[in-house]
Amino acid sequence: MAAKREQEPITMDTFLSGLWRENPVFVMLLGMCPVLAVTNTTENALAMGLATTFVLVCSTGLVSILRDFIPKEVRIASYIVIIATFVTVVDYAIQAISLEIYNALGAFIQLIVANCMILGRAEAFASRQPLGKTLVDALGVGAGFTLALLCLGTVRELLGAGEILGVQVFPDGFEPWVIMLLPPGGFFVLAGWLLLFAWLKERQNQRAAAAKEATADGR
Amino acid sequence: MSAADSTQAPQAPSPTSSLRLVFTLGLIALCSGLLVVSVVEWTRPIIADNHERALQQAVFDVIPGAVERRDFVLTEQGLVPKEETDARGEVIHAGYTEDGALAGIALEASGRGYADVIRILYGYDPACECIVGMSVLESQETPGLGDRIETDPDFLGSIEGLDASLTEDGTELKHGIRTVDPGEREEPGDIDGITGATVSAEAIGDMLHRSANKQLPQLQGHWSELERNE
Repeated sequence: MAAKREQEPITMDTFLSGLWRENPVFVMLLGMCPVLAVTNTTENALAMGLATTFVLVCSTGLVSILRDFIPKEVRIASYIVIIATFVTVVDYAIQAISLEIYNALGAFIQLIVANCMILGRAEAFASRQPLGKTLVDALGVGAGFTLALLCLGTVRELLGAGEILGVQVFPDGFEPWVIMLLPPGGFFVLAGWLLLFAWLKERQNQRAAAAKEATADGR
Repeated sequence: MSAADSTQAPQAPSPTSSLRLVFTLGLIALCSGLLVVSVVEWTRPIIADNHERALQQAVFDVIPGAVERRDFVLTEQGLVPKEETDARGEVIHAGYTEDGALAGIALEASGRGYADVIRILYGYDPACECIVGMSVLESQETPGLGDRIETDPDFLGSIEGLDASLTEDGTELKHGIRTVDPGEREEPGDIDGITGATVSAEAIGDMLHRSANKQLPQLQGHWSELERNE
């Protein structure tokens, strides 16, 4: 089965499944800790999304290259060492790029190592697939994670501060909903997005059922 | 057990030798270590430069008119430029105007806030014996509430020009610095508090008082040593 899957070619769907159909946040509910904690501004959400994507792409790529070399008994330990290495790299890189973003993200950069989404992709996909396919999958999943963080970050910053990326959007008279910048705001906005996606999916299913019924009646 | 049974029994995969396991993990750890050390060495000067620039900007922010900075350490021989001594102690950042006159000094203070320790830098002007500015270096205060200590105009405005003169014997502040309820300032050392950020605002008042009450008496008599900006 695994061998058969390995032979499947790289298609657009390899990338899009992580971005949308198997979105790590909205569908699989993985990596909730940074999703709720550092999405109080769009800038923080984008920085965390890109940092996680970098770690995901590099670590799953290396796991894929070494998949035949790492014995199964020590595979999880090896994956953790590889992920921790790239987390340290990204930690120092962010400090070098911007101290402001580094201070805003705080300990959550180091905690990328504990993000089950990364270990999950390494174990379930990268350890069984060739490099090219693994990289496309990791980019899709990383883009999906970043998109989800941005969905939360923009709404929370807009409602909590009346701004997006520090640019004022609402007029001066707008009273910011401070709770949106606090941890409960993360839960509210996440619940809102999950509700929206569930409704969209339900509507899609109903339309598909109606179309099927119409086809059956016509026949 | 029959011969047929023994041939059909699934064969368990032979376990990997311990040597191979140790070798694999050791090699991965070695490569990881090399990569991490390379990145740390490569980014170290850039990060140090970022910290230096952030400190420089903070010093200029809290000392109005300052365009140049020199760091001093208070030793038994008086104030000595930091680069000329190995002595440890509180660093005094002196800010100078364009024509080389002393514009003020910046001192660091820290204390327990609502969420975690807050670190601030505040400016002191010996000419007016007052605090002339404050900037938050590090804070984990609640976004939208406690972090207003960085933005609230009334709070920050009441710190600018805050009296920090010493008693006649120069051993302590004449007026203690404290944070009071908004709009209820009575004493020269009172700071306007922030509704919704009471703990954070009071923490700033406390740390300003503790730091100024300890450091300013020690610096008495050393101001002329800061004037030697060549």
